[in-house]
Amino acid sequence: MNVPLRDVLVLSVALFSLGLCGALLRRNAITIFLSIELMLNAANLAIVGFASRVGGYSGQIVVFFAIVVAAAEAAVGLAIFVAVFRHHETIDVNKTNLLKW
Amino acid sequence: MPLLLLPLLPLAGFLLCGLLGKRLGKTFVTVCGVGSVALTTVLAYVRLVPYVAGVFSGHAAPILERYGSWIRAGNVSIDFALRLDPLSALMLSFVTFVGFLIHVYSVGYMHADTGYGRYFAYLNLFMAAMLTLILAANFLVLFVGWEGVGLCSYLLIAFDYLKESSARAGRKAFVANRVGDFGFLIGLFLILGVFGTLEFDRLFSAVAASPGRYAPAMTAIALCLFVGACGKSAQIPLYVWLPDAMAGPTPVSALIHAATMVTAGVYVVARSNVFFRLSPSAMAVVAIVGGATALFAAIIGTAQNDIKKVLAYSTVSQLGYMFLACGVGAFVAGMFHVMTHAFFKALLFLGSGSVIHAMGGEQDMRRMGGLRRALPVTFWTFLAGTLALAGIPIWAGFFSKDEILGAAFAKSPGLWLVGFVAAGLTSFYMFRLVYRTFFGEFRGTDDQKHHLHESPASMTVPLVVLAVLSTFGGLVGLPAIVGPRANLFHRFLDPIVPPLSGGFEPGELSRGLEIGLIAASVAIALAGWLIARVCYAGDRSGSLPERFVRAVPGLHRVVENKFFVDEIYDFLIYRPFRALARFFWKAIDTLVIDGLINAGAFVVELSGDLLRFFTTGNVRNYALTFLLGIVGLLAWLGWMGAR
Repeated sequence: MNVPLRDVLVLSVALFSLGLCGALLRRNAITIFLSIELMLNAANLAIVGFASRVGGYSGQIVVFFAIVVAAAEAAVGLAIFVAVFRHHETIDVNKTNLLKW
Repeated sequence: MPLLLLPLLPLAGFLLCGLLGKRLGKTFVTVCGVGSVALTTVLAYVRLVPYVAGVFSGHAAPILERYGSWIRAGNVSIDFALRLDPLSALMLSFVTFVGFLIHVYSVGYMHADTGYGRYFAYLNLFMAAMLTLILAANFLVLFVGWEGVGLCSYLLIAFDYLKESSARAGRKAFVANRVGDFGFLIGLFLILGVFGTLEFDRLFSAVAASPGRYAPAMTAIALCLFVGACGKSAQIPLYVWLPDAMAGPTPVSALIHAATMVTAGVYVVARSNVFFRLSPSAMAVVAIVGGATALFAAIIGTAQNDIKKVLAYSTVSQLGYMFLACGVGAFVAGMFHVMTHAFFKALLFLGSGSVIHAMGGEQDMRRMGGLRRALPVTFWTFLAGTLALAGIPIWAGFFSKDEILGAAFAKSPGLWLVGFVAAGLTSFYMFRLVYRTFFGEFRGTDDQKHHLHESPASMTVPLVVLAVLSTFGGLVGLPAIVGPRANLFHRFLDPIVPPLSGGFEPGELSRGLEIGLIAASVAIALAGWLIARVCYAGDRSGSLPERFVRAVPGLHRVVENKFFVDEIYDFLIYRPFRALARFFWKAIDTLVIDGLINAGAFVVELSGDLLRFFTTGNVRNYALTFLLGIVGLLAWLGWMGAR
């Protein structure tokens, strides 16, 4: 099965835009986090698309690495949310504005 | 026994007294402080006796001891080296011995002082620096000692540092010496520039080998060295610090500000006589400054009421004589006066210390009188010192002063006249001091009268020893009329003034003229004594001076206030400098430099204040900013790519 690069990129852009909107508009930290994962995977998809166009497997291997790193990052991120929730009883990002002077 | 041990022993004493003195107590300080100097004196004489014997049997070659290379840069190589030659041997002989006597005296004088350990530490450090100065084999080592004695002088003048006047006097001495030292340092750089070395032997043999070649550079070098000598030896215009230096303890005045340190300037001039002799104008400057100082300080000395101030101005005046001698080419006579002056002026200061001790700290002669009954030893020894200083025959000062006056006459009768008048004034102010202090009725309070006592043996024994030296010390330098080889001093010291073709030569005197000059100086000394006796002793004591003061009140006021020199300096130098410093402080430092720094800090603070509004703490704002940044970056890249 040979999917044209254009279709792959269109899908990637659509996913990325959805993720971006979600990350900017939602207030629940977990939802934001999911949106960021969506953008990451949109990027992964674009890389796979370009890689198959260029030929060879190195691009797909890079994407595997990116997915592994994303998994580790997800663990850390969720642990942070748990810790924040214990302190504030909420993970609404508008109410946990700690990162300031 | 290496020469290096001589400065090192007092240095060890300084460290022990200074670091452990407070913990281990007075006995320890006495043993270390006096013991180190006693040992130094013994060792110095162990080296001196064979060397002096050698010089008299014709082996005057200097002994050089090199302890290693100090500075090596390019073509310049300076060793740390010490040297024993007739000149340093002479200085060594009396610096160690008089220093030792004054250390012993200090044990009695300072016994009740809380700073006993500190005092002996400084005094030992002074001895170390002074010995470095006189034993140095090159100008750089000499300069180390030179600055060292300056530092100790400052520390000891301001010894009573809680008293504002003492601290001020210390600062004044330090600053006046800095002015001189600056000239001295420039002189050293000039020497280094012309010769490429600072080693005495190489310098003086190079000049002696080709005097014509070096003569043009000598005026500048000699004058720079003389500026340094003026500072250290208290000559016009830098003499103002020495009278104020009397704020220090009296033994310090005796050791540093009369016998040893202040003669360092004369020593340097005599040491570099080869330079000076090649420049007639430098010699003239030395002679004129010396003569003017001798007369000027003697005039001021006649109107002082503080017993130590009289002696201080007398010291300035006698140092003037020494420079007068150097300036007319009689370097050996100058050094002779350095030696005899060390004996009798140390004696006079220690005697005045004994008087002050007995009077419970009183220094004003107007409240003394009749002390000869209560302080017989002090009186008789003080009298010996006075006779020596006044130049009464057979006492030491007579021989040295007479030789200087003779040499001055041979060169210029005008200079002789200045010295001659100053000699009469010297005799007058010294006997005035003696009559007002030791004769007549006691004028102090009843308390003081009750308290009067002769000083302890640790103070009177040095007085007696110095009195003997002041009385007989001059016999080593009998005048030429006695016999051609009678003057041991000249036979010993003449090698330091090597023959120099085209150099300045001292004048010659006929035998008859010399006898006439001796008679004249004895006559004026006796005249000074007589006038002082008429004015200050007997039934009409005090009435004549009072009438004199009433006749010329203006003159008296000017002399009593030291010709207002301090006030003139205050107005001409101190105030402008203070104003300049204030300007730099208020305008340049506070306004410009602080302003620049504060402006920088203000910009940073302001930008921080503005930028902190972007730090909301809201993750979504950050994400939006992030997005805008990315969009901006991409737009820029796209625009760049499209170009």
